[in-house]
Amino acid sequence: MNNEWPLWEIFIRSKQGLDHKHAGSLHAADAQMAIENARDVYTRRMEGVSIWVVESKYIRASNPDDASSLYDPANDKAYRHPTFYNLPDELKHM
Amino acid sequence: MNNSEKIFQDKIDREIKIEPKDWMPEQYRKTLIRQMSQHAHSEIVGMLPEGDWITRAPSLKRKAILIAKVQDEAGHGLYLYSGTETLNITREEMIDQLLTGKAKYSSIFNYPTLTWADIGAIGWLVDGAAIMNQIPLCRCSYGPYARAMIRICKEESFHQRQGFEILLTLSRGTDAQRNMAQDAINRWWWPSIMMFGPNDDASPHSAQSIAWKIKRFSNDELRQKFIDMCADQIKILGFTLPDDKLKWNKERNHYDFGEINWDEFWNVVNGNGPCNKERIAARIKAHEDGAWVREAAAAYAEKRKLKSQKAA
Repeated sequence: MNNEWPLWEIFIRSKQGLDHKHAGSLHAADAQMAIENARDVYTRRMEGVSIWVVESKYIRASNPDDASSLYDPANDKAYRHPTFYNLPDELKHM
Repeated sequence: MNNSEKIFQDKIDREIKIEPKDWMPEQYRKTLIRQMSQHAHSEIVGMLPEGDWITRAPSLKRKAILIAKVQDEAGHGLYLYSGTETLNITREEMIDQLLTGKAKYSSIFNYPTLTWADIGAIGWLVDGAAIMNQIPLCRCSYGPYARAMIRICKEESFHQRQGFEILLTLSRGTDAQRNMAQDAINRWWWPSIMMFGPNDDASPHSAQSIAWKIKRFSNDELRQKFIDMCADQIKILGFTLPDDKLKWNKERNHYDFGEINWDEFWNVVNGNGPCNKERIAARIKAHEDGAWVREAAAAYAEKRKLKSQKAA
């Protein structure tokens, strides 16, 4: 039997209205322990109202080398940005 | 320089952070693994000299404060171990390196805490030196290390204030209390300024660390800044630093200070300090005594997983 506790990634919502942010990782034997450990390590000074824990092995990530090709198409579609449009100064509320 | 190296160095030069899955030179990875894991080990071993005084703190308030500080150090170690694991080394490997002496930890923790005043001196000087070193690290090129340092720095300033406040209280006490505080400062001063590492010209790896923006300031720069700061702060305590060469130099706009005993530094780094063996023995004992907890928790989790699979 493997005695090593798996690695978990921790996401914390610091305040109602904000989204969960990645805070770091920790080792725990199961999800309940992961949440308790996350509370102890990552919310020591009341920095959280909600904790998500995910075993690191379940995270799927994009390849950083693909970053430019992931974002290139967006970069040459300037018409998606408000500043692309030249409108008269007298026009209000837009 | 091949293409990957060019892209990597370009990110460094433009202050773009390197993240875990980015290509990086093997030596960058190795240097960071060594520095970050040794930083983590230092936090955990650093719990021991102060932990020693928890049962003997002079009041309930002081006990609660000291417990909180020591708990913080545990958390700092955990942030740093987690950050290091992003570079592809396991927690087990790192712990093994510490317990077998393959990895080092900050040699300041190889000194004993002889009196309550030592707790004050440690908070003021040792945490103070750590803060001076850690603030630039918040801007280091490796994302996880920088983010861990930001978290740590937020928590560290309470440590330093707690230490100074202990010494301030003692400075306003009896002669015996004042003498105890001055004695602690006398013993912790030189080891604290050694925390910044060897002189720049005796530090061969510094140039590469600076080129890779792991290190943002040189050892001597940070050490000078720290000495200038403490030489002013100690005036409020009414004590002295144990250095008869300490003198304000108005041409340099810094304090001149005496010769550091580098023999002592290397001797302690190499394992011959007053508490080296004791610190490692304590860590080995903690690891071995805790084995049943790790095994039991893993067995219980496995049992519950099988149970829920059967029920499904």
